[in-house]
Amino acid sequence: MGELRLMKGNEVIAEAAIRCGCDGYFGYPITPQSEIMETLMTLRPWEDSGMVVLQAESEIASIHMVYGAAGAGKRVMTSSSSPGISLMAEGISYMAGAELPCVIVNVQRGGPGLGTIQPSQADYNQATKGGGHGDYSLFVLAPASVQEMHDFVILGFEMAFKYRNPVMILADGVIGQLMEKVELIDHRPRWTNEQILEISGEWATYGKSQNRKKHIITSLEMDSNTMEQNNLRLQAKYERMKEVEVRYEAIECDDADYILVAFGSAARICQKTVQIARQKGVKVGLIRPITLFPFPEKIIAQYASKVKGFLSVEFNAGQMVNDIRLAVNGNTKVAYFGRMGGIVPTPDEVEIALHQRFKN
Amino acid sequence: MTEEIIIAGFGGQGVLSMGKILAYSGVMQDQEVAWFPSYGPEMRGGTANVTVILSDERISSPILHEFDTAIILNQQSMTKFESRVKPGGMLIYDPNGIIHHPTRKDINILKVEGSRLAVEMGNPLTFNMIVLGAFLKAKPVIKLENVKKGLEKSLPERHHKLIPLNLAAIEIGQENLVVVQEVEVGN
Repeated sequence: MGELRLMKGNEVIAEAAIRCGCDGYFGYPITPQSEIMETLMTLRPWEDSGMVVLQAESEIASIHMVYGAAGAGKRVMTSSSSPGISLMAEGISYMAGAELPCVIVNVQRGGPGLGTIQPSQADYNQATKGGGHGDYSLFVLAPASVQEMHDFVILGFEMAFKYRNPVMILADGVIGQLMEKVELIDHRPRWTNEQILEISGEWATYGKSQNRKKHIITSLEMDSNTMEQNNLRLQAKYERMKEVEVRYEAIECDDADYILVAFGSAARICQKTVQIARQKGVKVGLIRPITLFPFPEKIIAQYASKVKGFLSVEFNAGQMVNDIRLAVNGNTKVAYFGRMGGIVPTPDEVEIALHQRFKN
Repeated sequence: MTEEIIIAGFGGQGVLSMGKILAYSGVMQDQEVAWFPSYGPEMRGGTANVTVILSDERISSPILHEFDTAIILNQQSMTKFESRVKPGGMLIYDPNGIIHHPTRKDINILKVEGSRLAVEMGNPLTFNMIVLGAFLKAKPVIKLENVKKGLEKSLPERHHKLIPLNLAAIEIGQENLVVVQEVEVGN
């Protein structure tokens, strides 16, 4: 068993990055995730592993530093909160286009604009449908515990390199500020140059030897036919993710009349709602998408023929509910409940909403 | 066993660190724990509160609408949280600065003169540990030896010399808990 500690979600992102052998972090502070860089600066990993930790002049600079280092086959990451992620959108699209691996953490706060520093999930569409321009998808993980904040940094890097694709960890202010017990992995060394050559030698710009062809990292392609082929290759990659990488948790769904669907901290709240409702004799279950892209549409479609309805519970105006509707395809009722602007609903509020939406 | 606690008062009273010590003590007792602060732009002087959950089972929601125990350290928090104690639950408060004392008839009400006792101890900073002591007397959910381990874990080593003072404050809190109202055990 690994070392057990009581840590904040934000702190554990930093700890996990160091322990899994991350080569570099480039970021710019913003509430509610500033503890990530704060923790990295306190732990000074550059003294042990040589990991670079750099506060850039802006979020735009950070994401492009990530772009550069990822191009060299390094395991690098950044983190921010909603307004900062908007600033990074261009760089993220470029990285998706150039097929570069990296981990981006978004500890969401309420928007739009500068919004509030309180928790939110209003960047669901931004994370899963784009945010930047062009037909691209990120691999999006939604942690619901401090342990998952730790685990998804490790899984995130794994997925990023498996698919040569940017990975987003879509957390929120609750999970970032929450303290729980976490089991940490043992320290792993950073990749050596030989390992980088072995893993990413076909594409990375790690330093050209005389007899190999040039590696070019770019999203630009002036020939439309080639560009269409590039797009088709990306789409095929996203389809492969949909086939094999869907992750979700189904809680008490087998006998359920109603199923709540929620991700991240909203799913934690809904777990309590399931308990409250079942104490009152209402058979409620919960599906928690762990990957938001690829979305667990098959499991939702399977339950669509068995339940009286789904309630999507989100800290936004109703974004994931549209993906649920597509999966359900009209086979049962789909409703939404949520709060916005940094307000987090309580478990009993969700239970009341469930009752109201489905009283007939 | 699951104990859902809200600790609420002014920023600077040690509300968050008291919660952290309690949570760490729970870890030392092999419990599942959650610590969730209200966070905002305010620092010293604003209101601060933290939810602490200790449980033998996996913890579901860190966001709660009602609590087994409310530890109330100023009037604003009394106004906000008295109604959110579960029937049969417990409210512990420091009467210092409280104008409207709790009026619920269906909860256990206890008090501890934390601020006064801390001043008498000669160190106002021991206030939160006095209150923690009072809570642990009322609800002995954590063994004192694990609180000591919790203090060792949550305080940086340079502050370990303060542990005896903190333990003394916990003891004073335990000795000075006053029962205001007792009801039949709920749940």
